[in-house]
Amino acid sequence: MEIMTILWREFIFFKRRFLRITLSAVVSPLLYLIAFGWGLGSQINYEGHSYMYFIIPGIIALTTMNTSFSATSIRINISKLHEKSFEYYLTSPVNMYMLTLGFVINGALRGLYAASLILIVAYLFGVKLKITLAFIIICILNSLLFAAFGYFASMVIDSHYEMNRFTTFVMLPMTFLCGTFFSLDKTPILVKNLIYLLPLTHASQGLRAVALEGNVQITSFIVLILYTVIFYFCGVAASFREM
Amino acid sequence: MMIKTEKLTKKYGDFTAVNHVDLQVQAGEFLGLLGPNGAGKTTLIRMLVGLAKASAGKIYINGQIMGRNKGDLKGMIGIVPQHINLDKELTVRENLLFCAKLFKLPKEQREKRAEELLEFVGLKNVEKRESQKLSGGMQRKLMIAKALINDPHILYLDEPTVGIDLTARRKIWDILKTMKNKGKTIMLTTHYIEEAEYLCDKVALMDEGKIFYCDTPDNLKIKLGKFTLEYFNDNNETEYRYFKSLEQAKQEAGLLENEYTLRKTSLEDVFYNFTNRKVN
Repeated sequence: MEIMTILWREFIFFKRRFLRITLSAVVSPLLYLIAFGWGLGSQINYEGHSYMYFIIPGIIALTTMNTSFSATSIRINISKLHEKSFEYYLTSPVNMYMLTLGFVINGALRGLYAASLILIVAYLFGVKLKITLAFIIICILNSLLFAAFGYFASMVIDSHYEMNRFTTFVMLPMTFLCGTFFSLDKTPILVKNLIYLLPLTHASQGLRAVALEGNVQITSFIVLILYTVIFYFCGVAASFREM
Repeated sequence: MMIKTEKLTKKYGDFTAVNHVDLQVQAGEFLGLLGPNGAGKTTLIRMLVGLAKASAGKIYINGQIMGRNKGDLKGMIGIVPQHINLDKELTVRENLLFCAKLFKLPKEQREKRAEELLEFVGLKNVEKRESQKLSGGMQRKLMIAKALINDPHILYLDEPTVGIDLTARRKIWDILKTMKNKGKTIMLTTHYIEEAEYLCDKVALMDEGKIFYCDTPDNLKIKLGKFTLEYFNDNNETEYRYFKSLEQAKQEAGLLENEYTLRKTSLEDVFYNFTNRKVN
């Protein structure tokens, strides 16, 4: 019931802001594609593929991460700190596990919507990736993971400014380090191992392996599932702390 | 007893916001919690609705102990917080439907209940307007409607008329009077004396985290003295004296050389006498 209630509310929001949401989901990936794909990478072959093919799975991972994280964290942030409407959830007889799941699923859906927009844009750029079930599952897991992380982050902060800490110290390093734009093969082993601890690495590498090689990396699935579960329960625990 | 607290306490570090409060509210009673800003009224309400954890003490709702996540007890409660807590992206009607869903009302009841409440609080004509575009008074009315969506047994209102004009305030008072007549148990915090006098069966006077008196407004005034003599002393400071009868007060007033006012005792006098500070 709680899940459907949250999705009902968010669908109203989505319908009202359809154009703005759609445009903002497309702008960043489009710029990445133009700058790194067309501009920088049009002449480069990378791991046996044109750079455009190499980069698109990374951009999908990156965009699902950013969109899911923002959709959830901004929503909770506004509801908790600005509107104060989040308190209403806490005074109603909701199941906190289901409520959290509702917000996480909503964030994930927004991430998946952004991912599908990129695939359309990529198609217009002449890039046709192999979209298999494994590819879709990785997208879903990555979206759920970062929506859960966004929920957790927004539950533990006490001001809008504190959200910057998460974006600056967690999201931004992942954007550039997790093999989104380049292969990790040539990075020093210690750095590489550290980067492999980050979930986005597994999303971008997992998507790339499926889309370009047709390989399914089980480790990536396991890591993504583990992170999702951990962030979800951290989010639930943080919600209970609010009460 | 619909609401009962036993030695309810809330501490923030060394600061005690609510200090061993024992409170009893009968079913159908309208209790006003009167006190200045910072008296601990909001903290007390937040504990009663499960938004703040008590440092010590117990809360009973209709005989059952109130835990932090007692869904069935939350279903009995409606709350109108001090701050506007509307979902600004949703329309008036959508706000109500959303709350109805959160309170798990069956589908066929949601629309009916929303319709009833829109009529009741007088927001039917703006039901399609986004809540952020409502006036302050309308937003307060919508908050009351939200609090009533589950037809609660207990309604907590934390300064529900703060910051709105007199006309809107009077309309909200009418709504609350109707709710009282329907048998709801209502607890209201306010620092408007006239609000407490007009609405409440009983008034609890609160300051510095403690409830130091709880009785009917008339009894509180009788205890102090039904008549107040207000005058300037020789140092040009206002002094107040309280008398059981008008004759006594007149007799004393006749002895004064300075200008004076003789009037009926108000709740504000009661509060001032006990705390030595004005409520507003």
